[in-house]
Amino acid sequence: MSTLATALYIGPALLLYAGAGLVLLADLVQGRRAPVGLLSLLALLLAACAAVLQIGAGADGPILHGAIVVDRFSVFFTLLLTAVTAAVIVATSEWAARVEDRGEFYGLLLVAVGSMVLLVQANDLITLFVALETTSLAQFILAGIARSDRSSEAGLKYLLSGAVAAAVLLYGFAFLFGMAGTTSLPGIAEFVRSGPEGLRLPLIMAFVFVAAGIGFKMAIFPFHAWVPDVYQGAPTPVAAFLSVASKAAGFAIVLRLFYAGLGGASTLITEDWAKLFAVFAALSMLFGNLGALVQTDVKRILGYSSIAQAGNIAVGVAAVAAESTIGPSGVLFFLGTYAATNLGAFLAVNAVSARLGSDDIAAYAGLLRRAPMTAVVLSLCLASLTGLPPTAGFIAKVYVFNSAIQTAQPWLVALVAIAVLNTAISAFYYLRWVRTMILDEPQDATPIETPGGAQAVLLIASAGVLFFGLWPAPLIAAAQRAAAALLV
Amino acid sequence: MLTLFLLLPAAGALLALFLPKHRDQDAKWIALLFAGAAFAVSIAVFALFDAAHEGYQFVDRFQWIAAETAGFSIMYAVGVDGLSAPLVLLLGLLSVVSVLVSWRIEAHAKQYFAWLLLMESAVAGVFLSLDLIQFFLFWELELLPMFMLISQWGSGRRLYSATKFLLYTLAGSAFMLVGFLVLGAAAGTFDMAELVETPVTEAAVPLTLVFWAIMLAFLVKLPVFPLHTWLPDAHTDAPTAVSVMLAGVLLKMGGYGIIRIALPILPQQARDASLMLATLAGFSILWGAVITLRQTDLKRLVAYSSVSHMGYVLLGVSAMGPLALSGAAMQMFTHGTITGLLFVVVGLIYDRTHTREIAEMSGLMHRMPLVGTVFVVAGLASLGMPGTSGFVAELTTFLGSFAAHPVATAAGIFGVVLSAGYILWTVQRVLHGPPSERWRDLTDATAWWEVTAMASLVIVIFAVGIYPALLTHAVEAGIAPIAHILEGVS
Repeated sequence: MSTLATALYIGPALLLYAGAGLVLLADLVQGRRAPVGLLSLLALLLAACAAVLQIGAGADGPILHGAIVVDRFSVFFTLLLTAVTAAVIVATSEWAARVEDRGEFYGLLLVAVGSMVLLVQANDLITLFVALETTSLAQFILAGIARSDRSSEAGLKYLLSGAVAAAVLLYGFAFLFGMAGTTSLPGIAEFVRSGPEGLRLPLIMAFVFVAAGIGFKMAIFPFHAWVPDVYQGAPTPVAAFLSVASKAAGFAIVLRLFYAGLGGASTLITEDWAKLFAVFAALSMLFGNLGALVQTDVKRILGYSSIAQAGNIAVGVAAVAAESTIGPSGVLFFLGTYAATNLGAFLAVNAVSARLGSDDIAAYAGLLRRAPMTAVVLSLCLASLTGLPPTAGFIAKVYVFNSAIQTAQPWLVALVAIAVLNTAISAFYYLRWVRTMILDEPQDATPIETPGGAQAVLLIASAGVLFFGLWPAPLIAAAQRAAAALLV
Repeated sequence: MLTLFLLLPAAGALLALFLPKHRDQDAKWIALLFAGAAFAVSIAVFALFDAAHEGYQFVDRFQWIAAETAGFSIMYAVGVDGLSAPLVLLLGLLSVVSVLVSWRIEAHAKQYFAWLLLMESAVAGVFLSLDLIQFFLFWELELLPMFMLISQWGSGRRLYSATKFLLYTLAGSAFMLVGFLVLGAAAGTFDMAELVETPVTEAAVPLTLVFWAIMLAFLVKLPVFPLHTWLPDAHTDAPTAVSVMLAGVLLKMGGYGIIRIALPILPQQARDASLMLATLAGFSILWGAVITLRQTDLKRLVAYSSVSHMGYVLLGVSAMGPLALSGAAMQMFTHGTITGLLFVVVGLIYDRTHTREIAEMSGLMHRMPLVGTVFVVAGLASLGMPGTSGFVAELTTFLGSFAAHPVATAAGIFGVVLSAGYILWTVQRVLHGPPSERWRDLTDATAWWEVTAMASLVIVIFAVGIYPALLTHAVEAGIAPIAHILEGVS
């Protein structure tokens, strides 16, 4: 295969890495006048175009001795991740202009997202681990980039727990390699499907370690302890990026590893790991929602809420069925809507938090009269996180829960019962916040101006939340096509 | 036409929101216009409805989400039959009434009327939906407006009451969703008509469990003892218009759901639950009535009487015969008009006296003869006086349920005696007695919006009471196929 064709396969990641280098260079040469934000957006745009081209130009399948794979699944996530990053950049340019290490911020953001793009293309344990570590390292620094005490604390906490998670993950990988004798995912899948009865217990141990290691990325109970602290301490734009992009990448690898790598449905360990994720899901929802109930800091509320949402999404991971990808397609659809919803919420918070002077929920009283558009968008996103119609969150929840019940397993029905009860709990804190914003009297009625870039992104996010709530068909179709790539 | 009925209020809500700030007070005119237009549509639907024709009429449908491989095909489908047509009419009427009784709302009028109209659309969706997931969507859509209306424009412990309402309803509807999804997975469709035609016989979990999961949401909404505790709080703290809507149409969503979904789709499980439901109904009627007797707050009194009166709906449902089910459906309509009227009157009195304590009122009849007279009319209709719609509905229910559940029916009839007690006693304490000095300056309700609100409901109450066929021809046509299914399983 020619070099050019190879370049097409890994084009999106290459473009993003090149963009990162260029950004750092421009920052070095031109200092604060360098248009690093624009450069980053350009790199993201090119990467997204390259991803679209991949399918059109027939780049489909494994390459580089099976280390990398291009399929609709990877393209789906590449587009999602680049869109999310671009939204974060546009919405927070005003904040970034004040950051001392502006060039590093954009550079690291591009490295982080570039590695995630590589991650969703990984078809081999080694590629997967290297990409995961690269993106993690970039994220650790991003969390601490504000150089304040809290930001540094967040960065360090994230680093320490992330390092442990990586070690655990690697341990699990070692088990898999030791048994299957290969690091390639299709190879491992073949081994697991061959039904090595005697190795069932080691296999279970292996996937428990793997799930624990990635559980950290997905921010799922019991690997969530870093989440509220890091979201609260890290700069809000970084928290927004972590809560959406990092979580999406985490779920992408889980799907790739368990549905493609561990053989998917009908193997001797399928039910074991499905039940493991069911337990994770139930505990995440309970823990996240109960944790959020008692918080008054909005960033911590969003932190706990993202743990609970990870639980909702994990219901789709547990919904594994033979010859079908209803569970994963639900996960993909949920992640797509969740990206718009959670970004909207985080970026709205970011747009007003500096001027409110406090992250306390009481400071949001009467926001509707101070920053009407931001308040409406935030309310809409919170309604979507609750899962109220006519927002995308409603469809996403019904879709994922329906997937779980379609498998006709009584224990999945029980899981969905827990999930819907949790929705009721979550309504309490989400809607309390909405009510404070749109109905309470503000203590200080001075209007708050939202920066233009943030306004544009908020409008797009809320348009997405409403559009996919009223007309989810296109996203469902895309999610189904992408998930179908996992069935090989 | 039904889609128009569904969308008109929501369009009005949007329009009201976009009023410029200084024209805040014009929101009520927009609300009246759109609620009035929707009412006109609902009259047309009811008038054009053909009782001789079986099945759903005025159906609009298209495929909303088509994802067959994921078992996720959802229709947008609306239609009416004899069961829903009267409820649509009731919704149209009470929405206009509730806009009228809100005429003096000043705080954030735009938002207030927008939420009120949005709620009308949501409830309309519940009554019209022919697809389970769509039904659930509208069921949930109604929560947010209600929460906002009670928590902001209410009184007393309004935030507590609004939250309690929200959590009770959400907890109930959560299980309803699980039930719907299990049914859908087993049958391969969420279409109500198809689910009725091809009964589900096996699912991932026992069907009895599915039945009760679905019933839980409806029983909370109805509400039934012991799940009723959110209702008095919500009513007491809600603004008048919201109480009218809550008692008038929102509670009917529970009864409607039982008759439309739970009974025909899971007839065998419903049959098995018959005695249990009758017992719950008997308890609700008696317990509600006894608690009503000892209320000292006028609005709370009407709220508790609702618990008792909605017990009659469940009593009719539990018997499952054609007559009893017709009685239940009629009771839903008549209770909507009668209790709606009672809340209107209580609201008018409260607007003037600023108290709801029965003990503080005395001889109000002398000061406000019109309100007093309407109060007496609503009260008598509520206790089932012949010539009013209340009599027709209760009699039909009792006649139908006596054979199946004599004990519960006897309890129900005793409940009527109790309700005569609390209504007459209240009328005596509030309206009669020596005119108190304190209320010397009270004025009667003579503004056009007040008179219109009261008059329209009084007319409906007497019209149905004197000529029940207005209602029964539609109701019986709607009930017949459902009763037929239930007879098939016995």
